Amino acid sequence: MKGTNIGEFEELVLLTIASLTSEAYSVNICDEILSVTGRNVKLGVVHSVLNRLEEKGFISSSLGEATKERGGRRKRFFEVTHSGKVALMRAKEQRDQLWESIPEIVFKGIKA
Amino acid sequence: MSHHPPKWANRLLEWYCREDKLEDLRGDLLEYFGRNVNNKGKRLAGLIYILDVLKFFRIYTIKKINSRHMSSFHLFNNYWKTSVRSLARNRLFASINIIGLAVSMSVGLVMIVFISELLSFDTFHEKRDRIYRVLSSWKGITDDEPLDLASTGVLVGKKLQDDYTGLEEVMIMRRGAGFDIKVEDKTLPLAGHWVEDSFFDIFSFEVISGNPATMLTEPYSLVITEETLEKFYDNQDVLGKTVEVDGEHSFVITGVIKNPPKNSHISFDFLASFSTWESMEKQKGNDGLLNWNNIWMYHVYMLIEEGTDKDAIQAHLNQISSEENANSDRYSIQLQLEHLSEILPGKDLSNRIGPGMELKTLYIIIGLTLIVILSACFNYTNLSIARSLRRAKEVGIRKVVGASGFQVFFQFIIEAIILSLVALAVSAGLFYLIKPEFLTLDLAGDFISLDLALRTIVYFIVFGVSIGILAGFLPAFILSKVRSLMALKDASKMKLLSGVNLRKVLIVFQFTLSIGFIIAATISYKQYMFAVNFDLGFTTESILNVRTQGNDTQLLANEFSTVPGVEMVSRSGFVLSSGNIWAGTVKFEDPMDSIDAHYVQVDENFLELHNFELLAGENFPMRPDSSAEQYVIANEQFIDRFQMGTPSEAVGKMIDFDEKKLQIIGVVKDFQHRTIGGKIEPFLFRKRPKSFYFVNLKINSADMTGVLANLEEIWDKHDNVHAFRAEFFDDRIQDAYSEYQMMFKVVSFLSVVAVSIASMGLLGMAVYSTESRIKEISIRKVLGATEKNLVYLLSRGFMLLIVIASVVAVPLTFYLFDEMVLGDQANRLAIGVFELFFGVVLIFGIGLIMIGWQTFKAARANPATTLRDE
Repeated sequence: MKGTNIGEFEELVLLTIASLTSEAYSVNICDEILSVTGRNVKLGVVHSVLNRLEEKGFISSSLGEATKERGGRRKRFFEVTHSGKVALMRAKEQRDQLWESIPEIVFKGIKA
Repeated sequence: MSHHPPKWANRLLEWYCREDKLEDLRGDLLEYFGRNVNNKGKRLAGLIYILDVLKFFRIYTIKKINSRHMSSFHLFNNYWKTSVRSLARNRLFASINIIGLAVSMSVGLVMIVFISELLSFDTFHEKRDRIYRVLSSWKGITDDEPLDLASTGVLVGKKLQDDYTGLEEVMIMRRGAGFDIKVEDKTLPLAGHWVEDSFFDIFSFEVISGNPATMLTEPYSLVITEETLEKFYDNQDVLGKTVEVDGEHSFVITGVIKNPPKNSHISFDFLASFSTWESMEKQKGNDGLLNWNNIWMYHVYMLIEEGTDKDAIQAHLNQISSEENANSDRYSIQLQLEHLSEILPGKDLSNRIGPGMELKTLYIIIGLTLIVILSACFNYTNLSIARSLRRAKEVGIRKVVGASGFQVFFQFIIEAIILSLVALAVSAGLFYLIKPEFLTLDLAGDFISLDLALRTIVYFIVFGVSIGILAGFLPAFILSKVRSLMALKDASKMKLLSGVNLRKVLIVFQFTLSIGFIIAATISYKQYMFAVNFDLGFTTESILNVRTQGNDTQLLANEFSTVPGVEMVSRSGFVLSSGNIWAGTVKFEDPMDSIDAHYVQVDENFLELHNFELLAGENFPMRPDSSAEQYVIANEQFIDRFQMGTPSEAVGKMIDFDEKKLQIIGVVKDFQHRTIGGKIEPFLFRKRPKSFYFVNLKINSADMTGVLANLEEIWDKHDNVHAFRAEFFDDRIQDAYSEYQMMFKVVSFLSVVAVSIASMGLLGMAVYSTESRIKEISIRKVLGATEKNLVYLLSRGFMLLIVIASVVAVPLTFYLFDEMVLGDQANRLAIGVFELFFGVVLIFGIGLIMIGWQTFKAARANPATTLRDE
């Protein structure tokens, strides 16, 4: 394991994989990120993050069935592993704690 | 889907991408490609696909470098250890190889330093890429070959200066100004050149004080080097000071510059302005400065504009020469552009301004060096292959454990490199031993220092490693092909030694070289002795030639004759038979029939002093130096050339010498007036006191040093500027044949190197073959073979190789020397049996000792001890 902390984009990718459940593969992930956040992420960037997450053990992958639109190539589907889930939850906890410690006055009158 | 991304991009992806990533990555890219074709069009989609393929070239996508190749480097430690152990275990082989390689590598080191020093010449000029000079080649109508000169005419320079097309600067200079410079009461003879002010625009000599643009413009300006400055002055502030030159001119010092670097082809103590020379010529009434054929003393250098085609300049020069040649029917002059970098090493030119080194000579030396080095490499190859049987087991085990052929190859190359680096260290020591010897050869001249630079040390190491690779390649290759099963089962049955014939060829090659070199050394020595002892037809013994260096020759001759021990005194223009030639145009009755006759200027005592044999007529009459020239004395060739009949008939005939009417007063027997390489030609003695430059003294005294001291004392009374310069005639002649001596020195050195390498190789082979046959020898001995039988049995094969080598070497060397080296010499040694077979006998002797020693040792061994094991 190369480290247990995850970056912002890694977290985003992890969450996307988790939300896509069994349909998470690279192209799909790109599309999903685009539709949720409006960020036009490049395939190469997603690939390298997926590779890094896999090395860290946060996700696992398996090859699916061949489809016609990919010239007969198989898709690699990703799944969040247990440690991936732990890392996500820890990240969420840390944030929640921080949110809770912020006095309400700070965000008064601000709308997202 | 009918669209496909570019195939080559796919192939690229397949080439670099690791297998486990390839499948889905390609799928992803194709999926995007499909979308892009729909949204953005086919062409853009293809482009994006290519870019993506390139962008995915990342550390995590690329294949791992083949692990096998990587481990060779990790195994380096192990190779180092085994190599050192194997060398230590076989000290004899290791030392034979190290010594052999070291000896030949030291020659290689000298060459590396020599060549890199040669190539460094004139590289300090900043504008060197654009600096050219004009060469001339002169051809008289009767000449067969043109004479190539580094000099050219002032006219050429002036014409180029009239039309500067493509040229930034053109500089005319006259080489060789010898000044006796006097400051206060100190006079020193110094050497320099007459140059135009653009000298400093073209060349990058460092100026200390003075304005480089103008300091050589005015007549009688003098720029001196730092060294010259220090000889005369204590302080640096000398600009504007006046110095006296040759007792008649005064020059103003207008600049001081750093000494020209050692690697400059132009060297000088001072530079005088060319305008001075021009005005001096005008004052003397010499108006031939701009003559087309006045090409012997002047040089033209130029800086061409950036981007100018040198062919255009050459065309300009061709145009000049064809215009000028049209006005002359007696001779033609061709002009040629030469780049600065081609000066040294360069062509064989006369009238050089600095040192010369012919490219051809350089190639010959490099060739010989390579041969010697190759010969030592062969030794290593030879011995290693012979011993490879012993290493075969090691290789077998390595292979069983999983070593690849490449790894084994690499291991043995490493071993060879280690050995050659040790040899390099030894040869660096030898380098310092042979360096002074090399420097004394005329070949190197005095412009080479052979000092080491950091760069040359890097070359040395590269050289050492390459020698290792070269020597180790074949054994490493053979061992890498060993099959492990065979090696482990029965190594002795392996036919590794398919190299047997190859090894024999290598030995024959080495001995052919050795014999050839020895023969060459013998012949050059004999030819040198032949030349030095050649009967020239006159006496040279105990004759001392004193250079008069501008002093009154009559006065010196008179003074010298008073010294006890000096028997006779004469005066002459130069020293005969030692390489100098003076010639003039001579006509007899037919005004259309002229020859270039060689001559020497002598006084009336010269013929008697040198014992020339007068066939008819008489010697020059005693007359004062001031009287007009009236007579000549001719040799037999001369009167034959003009068909004047017998010597006595020729006496009294009038000839036309350089437009002067002279009468033949005597005829001498032909004598060798040139070095012995040249034929005897029509020759004249003239009495021209104006061009006497030597006083010849016949000395008969037991106390030679005393006589010389007395002479020098007299000299110093007359001339306190120049040193007394005298040389015995015989010594001068020896110097004239220094090329033979040099050849002898070089070749004998190379033969020592070649012989030692070859005999070490032979020793190694003898050791190996007796060792591997020791059991056979013992059994033969038990069965009743005598020691004599055994020595014969073991040496037979080797001696046969030396016989073959002699059969190849003797005719080859004979041909080389008979036809090529001595072929064009008019007088030469007849190569005899001694010259040819001395080397063969010597090599047989050495071979017998080497082989005999080993075989005798093996034959004497007690069979009981050798057979007891097993």
